Amino acid sequence: MAKENIGPKRLVVGAHYGLFDFLAQRITALVMAVYTVVLLVLFFTATEFSYQGWAGLFANQWFKLITFATVLSLLYHAWVGMRNIWMDYIKPMAVRLTLHALTVLWLVACAAYAAQILWRV
Amino acid sequence: MSEAVSRSRPKYGVMRIVDVMHYRLPLPAYVSILHRVSGALMFFALPFILYLFEQSVTSEYSFEYFRGFVSHWFMKLVILVLAWGFFHHFFAGFRHMQMDVHVGLDLPTARKTSAAVFVVSLLLTALVALKLFGAF
Repeated sequence: MAKENIGPKRLVVGAHYGLFDFLAQRITALVMAVYTVVLLVLFFTATEFSYQGWAGLFANQWFKLITFATVLSLLYHAWVGMRNIWMDYIKPMAVRLTLHALTVLWLVACAAYAAQILWRV
Repeated sequence: MSEAVSRSRPKYGVMRIVDVMHYRLPLPAYVSILHRVSGALMFFALPFILYLFEQSVTSEYSFEYFRGFVSHWFMKLVILVLAWGFFHHFFAGFRHMQMDVHVGLDLPTARKTSAAVFVVSLLLTALVALKLFGAF
């Protein structure tokens, strides 16, 4: 690969990052799975099924932080997954690169939106 | 190798959609492709999910608006599809990690676990459907 990967033939899109993204996808998945279980337990053991009970949960700073850490995990997880999808089905490099950029923008914007929602509760 | 031979050789590699349609896929393949479909679905629905979350959590007014909004049958249907996506992705992902540690790699077990993914995720989806459309 090394010799062909120079100049105009240089690879600019693809999953050439080795083990890191593979592991990151698994670790972020575990973070989200644990968060799901925590959220479900808190939800179903709640004594107050109302706005107060629901919003009260997200009013705690520690829960905001855990939630936001999960949102960031989702961001990276979705990035790896969507990049895999674009790489498999979109062959023209310019189109693929554009989609990659849009995917990053979409996810970063979603994370910012999530932060705004969380710290307004 | 001569020109003629290489030209008459059938081309393998990337299949077109019409080629894929003729394939009878094994069960684990359906789990796999639906893992991808459900992931993409949730990716595109992310702002919508965050919007629902925002309405549910911001204030008592927005909470009431949220309750009204999600009581529409079409919204219930959208939420049901997203719930299915989540369940399928969750359990198919669990199966992935189980295979990462080399458990259930043989064909009979892989078939069984892929069937389990469908059974569990569809049962949970059915439970959500019953809850959404007021069976309990």
